[in-house]
Amino acid sequence: MTTPTLLPDGEPRAGGLRHGRPKYLEVRGLTVAFDGFVAVDSVNLDVIQGDLRFLIGPNGAGKTTIIDAITGLVPATGSVNHTGTEILGRKVHKIARLGVGRTFQTASVFENLTVLQNLDIAAGPGRKARELLRRRKGVDPAVQEALEIIGLTRAADKQAGTLAHGQKQWLEIGMLLVQNSDVLLLDEPIAGMSQDERDETGQLLRRIAASRITLVIEHDMDFVREFATSVTVLAAGKVLSEGSVAQVQADKKVQEVYLGTAGMEGH
Amino acid sequence: MSTFLRSRWGVLAGFAAGAVLLLVAAPAALSAFNLALLGKFICFAIVAVGIGLAWGRGGMLTLGQGVFFGLGAYIMAMHLKLADASLFGGSGVPDFMSLYGSGEVPGWWEPFRSPVVTLLAVVLVPGLVALVLGLAVFKRRVKGAYFAILSQALAAAFAVFLIGQQATTGGSNGLSGFRSFFGFDLKDPSNKMMLYSIAAVVLLLALAAARQLMRSRFGELLVAVRDQEERVRFLGYDPATIKTVTYVIAAVMAGIAGALFVPIVGIISPADVGVIPSIAFLIGVAIGGRATLLGPVLGALSVAIAQTSLASTFPSFWVYFQGLLFVLVIGFMPGGLASLPRLVSRLKQRRTEQPGGAAPASAPQVPGSAVPAPATAATTPTTVPEEASR
Repeated sequence: MTTPTLLPDGEPRAGGLRHGRPKYLEVRGLTVAFDGFVAVDSVNLDVIQGDLRFLIGPNGAGKTTIIDAITGLVPATGSVNHTGTEILGRKVHKIARLGVGRTFQTASVFENLTVLQNLDIAAGPGRKARELLRRRKGVDPAVQEALEIIGLTRAADKQAGTLAHGQKQWLEIGMLLVQNSDVLLLDEPIAGMSQDERDETGQLLRRIAASRITLVIEHDMDFVREFATSVTVLAAGKVLSEGSVAQVQADKKVQEVYLGTAGMEGH
Repeated sequence: MSTFLRSRWGVLAGFAAGAVLLLVAAPAALSAFNLALLGKFICFAIVAVGIGLAWGRGGMLTLGQGVFFGLGAYIMAMHLKLADASLFGGSGVPDFMSLYGSGEVPGWWEPFRSPVVTLLAVVLVPGLVALVLGLAVFKRRVKGAYFAILSQALAAAFAVFLIGQQATTGGSNGLSGFRSFFGFDLKDPSNKMMLYSIAAVVLLLALAAARQLMRSRFGELLVAVRDQEERVRFLGYDPATIKTVTYVIAAVMAGIAGALFVPIVGIISPADVGVIPSIAFLIGVAIGGRATLLGPVLGALSVAIAQTSLASTFPSFWVYFQGLLFVLVIGFMPGGLASLPRLVSRLKQRRTEQPGGAAPASAPQVPGSAVPAPATAATTPTTVPEEASR
């Protein structure tokens, strides 16, 4: 058994990995309609491994719906290709097994289980029946490493329901790491966090993103400016603009539709 | 003390104590009549262990366990009838068939002449029915009240079906009058004792299996599915598979319990497998504490004992009492009696910490319940006056 390495060398950067054959997520013509209302309108989106992409846009722009569609929660048309594999139209748990992991706006950890049990379950979809029917002995090395990365080693035996809000979000991210997801879809991970927790979360994202395909939905522009390597702006279900934070900020369309001139500075 | 109880030796000691209580103390203390009654209650307790797994740990409100109990029971009863007919009648045709039917054994009875087929079928038939049903229901994401109603309707349909088959299942009279059990004379007290012992051992084995399941990774996963089914999906598991496996285990336990019930009680009829007995199975589990290991067993045993003693004194009163008890427990103590020690200790803690009696706003919840536990303390038998006034 090789020692797991959940942490990559280096940091994420715009455009992602420039060497080898980076993994990618290629979204083409993604459309989601609810009873005739088109929530996501033929969206094209490319995220390369090693890029820390943020998805921003006003409320109702369809940000969460895009993640829901990619993860199979809502039916959609178009195509979502994960490094050569079409994932649209598959079942939720099959998509998860193809390495696509997500978090939710409201942290949804298993509150009646301990932090360790939460991570152990996340690490386990490939386990055989025989392993499942036995008691958990010791700690999976990947789980141990994830505990250290998310800073919850000391809280390993605490009930997840008693964790602070920020810690629950970190636990969710830790679960994605041990789940071996190479696509991380994070839905407003810092909502409701204190300033210190935000910084910690940003640093955490920076540490894990260099070897993964990361897409983060976020409202907080300060956070986006500080940690995003690239940004996609969504409005009314359509991609409005894409590029670095500075490029997007300078885009007249973005200023008109979403941010206004003051909006980009404020919140 | 509590750490000892959790250790390996503590668990072994607990099982040994249970074995001594059931296999030595009870036979020594009880009359033959009462021992047979206890044997019947033990059969209910085996069903309760399965319900505790499926409902308490898996969140599946199994309102139709009577179906699986009935399948196991009728399979055993058919075998006993056929064996009796060959042993005592010579004709090989059970008595009631000559009375109500054509006097010929239907083809689907024939396999159960074989003791081996019967024993296998007692396990496999409820298991397979639960497998097919579970896959059909859980893959379609039917859950909550819809699953409960569906399983209840199934129990009702099963009873109606049995009543309609006067010539082949004895109709509403059911099957009774068994004289032998795999060659053993059922009138012999020592054979009755043997049947009771088998039931007691099966109960202990069911408990051991349930304990292993609860503490395994599967058990952790099951709780995760109960609390956040959708989240489990996003981790790459199919919750339908996990729920189906649990449902099958609960069904097999119910089937085995039914098969033991038949020789111990001496009769199986639609009244033992329909809606009312299915609910009765559940009440004991709820009262005892559905998410714990021993809660369902103790709850099932005490409800059955209370029913027998109260129903003979006040026959019409029992049903109301049972209903009231169910409502009180579900409404005010969702963790069941098993959560009582925790509630009491929390109450004590609160009284020492805050003499004013102001409850902390964010108290942890009883696992698997939507009702905050502290509010329930006021209605438990350990009520203290100032708490009751809240």
